[in-house]
Amino acid sequence: MLTCKQASQLVSQSLDRPLSWSERVQLRFHLFICKACNRFKQQLNQLRIAIQQLKNETVHNQTIQLPTDAKTRILHAIEID
Amino acid sequence: MISNVNDWLNDHGDYLYRFALARLRDPHLAEDAVQETMLSAIKSNSFEGNSSARTWLTGILKHKMIDLQRKQFREQSISDLIDLDATDTSMDDFFDQSGHWLDKPQTFNMPDNTLEQKQFLSVLDNCINKLPKKLKSIFMLRDVHETDNENICKELDISATNAWVMLYRARMGLRKCLELNWTGA
Repeated sequence: MLTCKQASQLVSQSLDRPLSWSERVQLRFHLFICKACNRFKQQLNQLRIAIQQLKNETVHNQTIQLPTDAKTRILHAIEID
Repeated sequence: MISNVNDWLNDHGDYLYRFALARLRDPHLAEDAVQETMLSAIKSNSFEGNSSARTWLTGILKHKMIDLQRKQFREQSISDLIDLDATDTSMDDFFDQSGHWLDKPQTFNMPDNTLEQKQFLSVLDNCINKLPKKLKSIFMLRDVHETDNENICKELDISATNAWVMLYRARMGLRKCLELNWTGA
């Protein structure tokens, strides 16, 4: 029987590697009976979605511009390089 | 040469900066990334008319951003050392000795309008920047750049297990930070 700590580790790792058959079975069983770990799984999904939104928001935000002083600095760096 | 760079900066500077900022979440690092891109572009001089200058520059930028994340990862602060040195103790803040949650995760009230969405994303941005540097850089590489695990281990010179542990800590910290700082509507 997995503890919540172990279950949460597997939930996170499932985003990074394929879980083994036995890990999947144990995790599914734990999630079936544990509301808290289900919420954790949901939080990680929401985090993933939010990260994508944050990325898109920045990419498409036309008010964000390369600061003028940075531009000057870059040109200067190239001159002396 | 300089006039090339001047044109590139005028035509694509803002785009490249936004592209970098979106993935690095740090204005200074994003500026550095653009600068490194320009230096490298001028040196390599490998631009061929087949692709647009923007595509070419973005390709260079992607590599430069990974270089910067790697540098960030290696440049460890004292607090990072304490954080990561102990075997697994930082997770004791989240679980009791028998592995039960100390504070059960709560449901986030996800934003449902544009204003709230903006506030939510700004909270998230702050939370990302509060992560220890090492955790931030590995998290950015994995969940923002979407680099695969094998490459992360290669780039950062760490084991797969090490990467999973750090990603777990980063995600754990971020969702807790959101819980504490985002109360929703």
